[in-house]
Amino acid sequence: MILNVLTGIGIAFFAFVLQTSIAGINRKIVGRLQKRIGPRWYQEFIDIFKLLSKRSVSHGWIFDFGVIMALGGIIGTAMFMPITSSFVAFQDYDNFFIFVYLLAVGMLGMAMSASGSGNPWASIGVMRALTTMLAYEVPFLIVVLTIVNISGSSSMTGIQIYQQTVGNNWFIIALPLGGIVGFISLMGMLGKKPFETYIAPAEIASGPMVEYGGKQLGMLFILHEISVWIEVTLFVHLFLGGATNIVEFLIKYFAVYTLANLISNVNGRFKIDQVVTFFYKWPLLMAVTQAVIAIYFGWVI
Amino acid sequence: MLSTKFTPATKLSKAEIDRKWWEIGDFFRRNSLWLLMYCTGCCAIELPPAMTSAYDMERLGMGPMATPRQADILLVSGYLSLKTLRRLIYTYEQMSEPKYVVALGSCPINGGIYHDSHAVINQLDQYIPVDVYVAGCMPNTEAVMNGFVDLMDQIKHKTANGWKKYHAHFEWYKENQRNSLGEVDVHDEFHQ
Repeated sequence: MILNVLTGIGIAFFAFVLQTSIAGINRKIVGRLQKRIGPRWYQEFIDIFKLLSKRSVSHGWIFDFGVIMALGGIIGTAMFMPITSSFVAFQDYDNFFIFVYLLAVGMLGMAMSASGSGNPWASIGVMRALTTMLAYEVPFLIVVLTIVNISGSSSMTGIQIYQQTVGNNWFIIALPLGGIVGFISLMGMLGKKPFETYIAPAEIASGPMVEYGGKQLGMLFILHEISVWIEVTLFVHLFLGGATNIVEFLIKYFAVYTLANLISNVNGRFKIDQVVTFFYKWPLLMAVTQAVIAIYFGWVI
Repeated sequence: MLSTKFTPATKLSKAEIDRKWWEIGDFFRRNSLWLLMYCTGCCAIELPPAMTSAYDMERLGMGPMATPRQADILLVSGYLSLKTLRRLIYTYEQMSEPKYVVALGSCPINGGIYHDSHAVINQLDQYIPVDVYVAGCMPNTEAVMNGFVDLMDQIKHKTANGWKKYHAHFEWYKENQRNSLGEVDVHDEFHQ
């Protein structure tokens, strides 16, 4: 039991180090995209440690407690995530719905803390984040339920093993429409640019983060890195056949995150009503079509 | 001959340990400076080339930030009227410490071309402490980048002490602010 918990904490730490490094490398890639040199690859680590070294103000105990609750919730979520199909901290507790529920702890903690600051931009940002969540969850869950129906398992390890079995394709090939929907929903989850509505630095002054500075902002950055890791890893395990060893996982992870980042950096930003109409129009239609094709007709490549 | 006996490490005093931690923090602080741009004057036009591919300030770890709480540098670019000075003081006091002020152009130094205006202050240093001035009307982008590198040097050598000065001489700064502005508090729908 203690060994499992230690493994879980190790996974969360691995998630933080991996995603922070890859985010730094991606800043460099985006720099090259814009014909700049770009920062050092470890710039994200410097940013986080600088924030933790600064003095900061408090806006009441809900403001402080919410950040800690959100960080704890996200670390707790990361502990359950399998890295490869055979490496998981808590055997049989890697069900997809565990992540859906536990991710909400982090999001609610952040919403509580941001509202506790009393700044109107923070309230607008939280409201927009929840609206975006409402928009992308519906098509995403339809696709994931199709996957669960086909593979006959809702465990992340089970879904990976199903895709790795000889004769079965990765779900991004088996369910091409669903794969596209999954990727668009991933962009929404990560808050990448067409769906960046709830951060929007030039519009609502970075939304929920408006009143954070110093240590609290540093903790939010750590939280953000780990939650990005969870979301990208979910996509890798659900659609890209998971991983049999760590190298395969790193390659797939890097490819997915970099692609999302590149698409993000050549796009503008939607308005919040455009985000909702977009998700309820094409991705939802594609997800339902995919579910009907896959479940009722049984046409799975 | 040296003794082979185990000699305990010299015990550091609390002040020395604090100093070492502060030096480690200074390394992170000078390599990740986030700007809050308070663009009141024409010098702001020098910032786009400094941020984009011509001079690329991100390679030094710098970047724009949205709110005063998140930022490290308050970048005052240009002249300050009495009305904007009140907001500037608000913004400066909201920033989390350690915080630095960089002033662009000749307007914050001596008033520049607005030196005889009834509505424009002449010396920013009288109201909030300034760490780096970049002189010129307007300064070249190279000079702006040089100013940022100077600030990094100052942080490294522990001479960027503007925020400590503001604590130490708080009454003096407040008195100057009151003398010029009458009242520092802002009364409008955003500041109640």
